[in-house]
Amino acid sequence: MSATEERTGYIGAPVKRREDASLLTGRGTYVDNMAPAGTVAMVVVRSPYAHARVKSIDMGAAKQAEGVVAVFSAAELRDDWKAPLPCAWPVTEEMKSPDHYPLTDVACYQGDGVAVVLAESRAHARDAAELIEVDYEPLDAVAGVERALEDGAPLVHPDLGTNECYVWRLDTDATGQAIDDADVVVTRTYYQPRLIPNAIEPRAVLAVPGTTGDMTLYSTTQVPHILRVLAAAGLGLHETKLRVVAPDVGGGFGSKLDVYAEELLALALARRLERPVKWTEERSENYVATIHGRDLVTEYTLAATKDGTITHCRARVKAAMGAYLQLVTPGIPLLGAWIYAGPYAIPNYSVEFTGVFTNTTPTDAYRGAGRPEATYVIERTMDALANELGMDKLELRRKNFIKEFPATIGSGLTIDSGDYLASLDKLLQVFDLDAFRAEQAKRRDNGGTLLGVGFSTYNEMCGLAPSRILGAIRYAAGGWDTATIRCLPTGSIQVITGTSPHGQSHETAWAQIVADQLGCDIDAVEVLHGDTSISSIGMDTYGSRSLPVGGVALYHAAAKVIDKARQIVAHQLEVSADDLEFADGTFTVKGSPDKTATFASVAFGAWAAHDLPDGMEPGLEATAVYDPPNFSWPGGAHAAVVEVDPETGDTRLVRYVAVDDVGTVVNPMIVDGQVHGGITQGISAALYEEGAYDEDGNLLTANLLTYLVPSAAELPSFELERTESPSPTNPLGVKGVGETGTIAAAPAVINAVLDALSHLGVKDVQMPATPERVWRAIEEAKS
Amino acid sequence: MIPAAFDYDVAESLDHAVELLGTGGGDAKLLAGGHSLIPALKLRIARPSMLVDIGRLSDLAYVKDTGTHIAIGALTRHAAVADDPLVQEHCPIVSFTAGQIGDPQVRHRGTLGGSLSHGDPASDMPAVMLALGAELDVHGSGGTRTIAATEFFTGVFETALTPDEVLVEVRVPKLGASTGWAYLKANRRAQDWATVGVAALVHRDDGKVAGASIGLVNMGGTPLRARATEDALAGGASVADAAALVGQGTDPPADQAGSAEYRAHLAQVLARRALEQAMTT
Repeated sequence: MSATEERTGYIGAPVKRREDASLLTGRGTYVDNMAPAGTVAMVVVRSPYAHARVKSIDMGAAKQAEGVVAVFSAAELRDDWKAPLPCAWPVTEEMKSPDHYPLTDVACYQGDGVAVVLAESRAHARDAAELIEVDYEPLDAVAGVERALEDGAPLVHPDLGTNECYVWRLDTDATGQAIDDADVVVTRTYYQPRLIPNAIEPRAVLAVPGTTGDMTLYSTTQVPHILRVLAAAGLGLHETKLRVVAPDVGGGFGSKLDVYAEELLALALARRLERPVKWTEERSENYVATIHGRDLVTEYTLAATKDGTITHCRARVKAAMGAYLQLVTPGIPLLGAWIYAGPYAIPNYSVEFTGVFTNTTPTDAYRGAGRPEATYVIERTMDALANELGMDKLELRRKNFIKEFPATIGSGLTIDSGDYLASLDKLLQVFDLDAFRAEQAKRRDNGGTLLGVGFSTYNEMCGLAPSRILGAIRYAAGGWDTATIRCLPTGSIQVITGTSPHGQSHETAWAQIVADQLGCDIDAVEVLHGDTSISSIGMDTYGSRSLPVGGVALYHAAAKVIDKARQIVAHQLEVSADDLEFADGTFTVKGSPDKTATFASVAFGAWAAHDLPDGMEPGLEATAVYDPPNFSWPGGAHAAVVEVDPETGDTRLVRYVAVDDVGTVVNPMIVDGQVHGGITQGISAALYEEGAYDEDGNLLTANLLTYLVPSAAELPSFELERTESPSPTNPLGVKGVGETGTIAAAPAVINAVLDALSHLGVKDVQMPATPERVWRAIEEAKS
Repeated sequence: MIPAAFDYDVAESLDHAVELLGTGGGDAKLLAGGHSLIPALKLRIARPSMLVDIGRLSDLAYVKDTGTHIAIGALTRHAAVADDPLVQEHCPIVSFTAGQIGDPQVRHRGTLGGSLSHGDPASDMPAVMLALGAELDVHGSGGTRTIAATEFFTGVFETALTPDEVLVEVRVPKLGASTGWAYLKANRRAQDWATVGVAALVHRDDGKVAGASIGLVNMGGTPLRARATEDALAGGASVADAAALVGQGTDPPADQAGSAEYRAHLAQVLARRALEQAMTT
């Protein structure tokens, strides 16, 4: 019997988050809460220009200012760096990669650091930073991807000779039929704006020097293990001399999956000054100093036969890298490269990605990373194709859904499991489409606000990932993860995970998994994470990987522990290990129900080691490293309803129904939370958020006033449902869930806007659908 | 998020506040609710030499019936204005608008006097005061004087207040049964400043518009009266025709919330709707 069928214990139950008590009562420990004696505050002086050469820099007044400990320019620190800031994903052999160090004397985006101030307090450092006089020579800048690719466009890095970072292609030609020979060909171009992550905790770093050349780095990071490897390399330290700790971390959404200039600066300066150095990002600083997401232009084509059988998909993507390549910048658009056919069986597959340098904050992973970008163009174009064919939008989807699993898709990967029809059917059970159409027609007749519904049927690949595949696509790291289960003498269980939660509730969910397997009380399970001195290896938390990789590693570690315990019990009861059954924390001998041993007693016996099988090591502990054989493939069907004021263009989301299939659910409450947050970020991309630069590379949306993160007041309560297709590739049947909502939501919302306005002849509204854009679309359709 | 250095003192009385403002070299700022000032300080957009905290002058927080007017002390919080029965009964456009400002936190900290003295053309209340023809009492070293709302707002974040004057009281006329009202604003998120707002008062005579008074939010460097629309209505124009003139004499800003052209359009739509709504309230 597989774990997915048992379902009698903690797995599947809405166990309350054990993280909440401390976080909600203000007793969490974030980096900025820490203040070791002698800590020096660091402030980075940033370029106000998108592209400028530092002609000279006068730090005299700042050095004399009250409380200042030291001031450094880029040149003064140059020898501290033993390697550039790392990019771990050189997606092609020819990929162009500019030099990138923590400080620069040629600023390539607004916010690029040119100097650093250290003082006894943040206030002192902030005041002194204003006294640094930098004489800039402004250079021509370019902010948009299309402009950057034009002949004669300013070059972000003149030494590279081009703004083109790379071109990456994947083509399959399954049927030999040319796309243009298809009965119906629909091509659309889509702009997906830049999004600016706003984790509730801005970034913060504290570097503490030790006494033996060792350093501890506390950082708001999603990736303490990866950070240790790369920060050690950047500074020329032995890895063993660097401990990285991710304490409570207030969200990341991918923006803390990186190795940042400030992390290396704090380490280098703590080493120089022999004092702890702390940097805490200001909210406005977050807008320029932390990576952005999206910012791409995609031409997408679907081709079909007259009866609506889709034969080809083709994507031509131009994606902004920003000014430099951060940790995984070039690979982010490619995380969608295999799913540009969505949940549909499309035999001919062609994608091409062009990475483009612009004088903007670097882009990198942001919730969904590559997959929302794909789903958006697919689902928008599915509606356009249905219109072109004169076919019902949902019928077109049903007809082309992949229906048998596992399914090898046009891009060459294999989808583990799914049931896209079931998700859509369930959606339509909740959402009465006929009733909606009647209400929509009534509104159109009556005048006033209009209603529209949009659908998004999606799938995605997450749970990064099989290491061999990552290697094949030139990602520098593996995709495995590790877990250790250590049984203490009393039967309490210590779990050490290689994942690094920053809002994902691993302390709760991991305890659920282990408590079920070992049959113990959940409170007996402690989950340790996020500290390289506790878990020396791990691959951390991003890409919806923690449960389908780290959670499964946990399962295997528990299985190893149970196996060893079984050997001990068999030895002590003088029976064959095969004759032992283990359930609810107790071993029983088949056929002799009175001969039992509790797991806790075995733990004690293993610790005392008085009576173990010959040659067996004392203790009850096991580590498993799990490398998944496949990605994890969630999917589902979402519907959004919007209300549009046709006079003002004001567009409001009034209803949202989501049916997701994320395999086996460990904790439905946590999954609901993930789906809520994910959907909100998709909706907000569709209606609110837009990181905008002017032509000179000045960020126009550099604070929470102008960059519109929606609040609960803008959102209806979401209606969440699930279908469940357990993944056959892991014993828990689990899939990733962290990004599904973001991947699905944006096209559903924009499709809804277009549905509301379809009778007016409106065919396109660019994201985000601001009131002005919607108004202009209506006006254009009228004229 | 760390302000530049400033001095800070607490005013124990109104005269003390005036005295402290006088010592600030023309560069001191009053601190009341702080919901506009403190963010500006943290962003170092505002760099006053001194903050004069008037938060303890509790005798400046009140609502009174003067017979013809409702008098509201400058330190009355938006939430208190919104909930006040006298304001609700006699000048409901003020209580309604107070309930539309920002979000609950802003409304429980921010004050009426602060909102007006800040002189932000995107704020809700200045345009309402303009439409109402409110009277503003200010007190300074030269004594107390009354400024008409039409004279009070002089530029973007600029008012008729001299550097040592404190706004102490706002008087709004009681609206009779023949006066209808509406305040409509367009904004992206609930807590955002208005992209455009329209405050409309309609004086009805036998079911017809006898006159109207219209204040516009965020259609120029100050809150504005829509004089062309008012004149057209007084001359017997239809609401729709009059509303179409609302952009005359305005100079709407262009920013992330909308272009000037869109704001001009929005103002027409909102003016028409506000007038229609005011006809029926």
